[in-house]
Amino acid sequence: MHVDLVLNGELTAIECADNELILDVVRERLGLTGTKRSCDMEVCGSCTVLLDGLAASACTTLVAEADGKELVTIEGLSDGDELNPVQQAFVDHAAVQCGFCTPGMIMSVQALAMDHPDADDETISEYLSGTICRCTGYVKILEAARQVISE
Amino acid sequence: MRLPPFTLHRPRELGELLELLARYGDDAAVYMGGTELLLIMKLGFAEPGHLVDAKSIPELGELHVSADRLAIGAGVTHRRIERHHDVQRALPVLVDLERRIANVRVRNAGTLGGNLCFAEPHSDPATLLTALDAEVELAGPAGRRRLAVADFILGALSTALDPGEVLTHVHVPVPGPDTLVGYERIVFTERPAATVAVVRGPAGARVVVGALGPRPMRVPHAEMRLVEDDIDAAVEATSSAVADTDTEPGADYRAHLAGVLLRRAWSAATANALSVPGAAAPTKQG
Repeated sequence: MHVDLVLNGELTAIECADNELILDVVRERLGLTGTKRSCDMEVCGSCTVLLDGLAASACTTLVAEADGKELVTIEGLSDGDELNPVQQAFVDHAAVQCGFCTPGMIMSVQALAMDHPDADDETISEYLSGTICRCTGYVKILEAARQVISE
Repeated sequence: MRLPPFTLHRPRELGELLELLARYGDDAAVYMGGTELLLIMKLGFAEPGHLVDAKSIPELGELHVSADRLAIGAGVTHRRIERHHDVQRALPVLVDLERRIANVRVRNAGTLGGNLCFAEPHSDPATLLTALDAEVELAGPAGRRRLAVADFILGALSTALDPGEVLTHVHVPVPGPDTLVGYERIVFTERPAATVAVVRGPAGARVVVGALGPRPMRVPHAEMRLVEDDIDAAVEATSSAVADTDTEPGADYRAHLAGVLLRRAWSAATANALSVPGAAAPTKQG
């Protein structure tokens, strides 16, 4: 099938099979490997992307779902070398341990900031509860999220 | 994990969808959010040759709130329900429940209708909707019909959907101000381990236990005790009912859980009532 989308700000046309998933296509065909494969069942949040501004699990979302929509991966957040505010907050708070979950964490906080610009701690936890850090570095991640919301 | 091959269809009208289901029979599956279907396909538990995407059918995307009921189209996502101001006003307990389903990504894509059709025993909505006497509306080759949610879910992953039939709407009665509603769950992983919904109004009471059996289970003995405002006896009846049906190791623990959850749900229901002017408060608190 033919899918037209805006990928990280660029009009993009993709030819794909009906059963192809966003995660496979962005990583293996488009070389955007910031989106990570981990649990592969919508639980861990490592593959979080934004589809028309809403957080989505790339591992379980058909490419067909992106037709006519805007898809943002972690590579689409920064402006050249300039980090976006969520990325900068993660750097400021050293909210990174091994780093594998970090792209998904950043995309989740980006979704949170767009959905709830005045999020309270309960809402921050609600968004982060769907993203898993095996290093258990949640305190710094929470601090980074709070900074994003307060800015 | 890759998905097995299939052909994706995108009908624009309900009639077209029903034709596709009739044409492909067992080899077709209705596809909405895909949060359950794509997962089981990746795991190799289902391999339909045709996915019929129902998201483009306008009728299924409707969400109407009137004074006495919600009509929720099968394509309405959990996200839309949890962020809908009229639903929040009419049935806040449903919004609280929706906010706690799975995670934000699943709620952005997944639908209430899809959740009911999947009939996973660890479903939050099925328990509450059973207690509220909600109904599903189905459309198929023989026309339209309505069924109580309690009659729609037959068992684990099993519904009363006939071949070629699709769920179009979920109809939820909005309880009046003289009705108490509560829902509580306990969750250790993505899905709840035990759920309890309680409703008490002028017409009687409902106590429904979910996730501890193949389908939501009403507990008539507990309902009778609640009508008498005897929460202690209702808790005991609920634990006994679970113990009677649960033969697996750890049944005593799960029976205890169900009782605790009923007590919490009843406390939440009565607390909600006390915060609403004019609402009925029970004569005796649990």
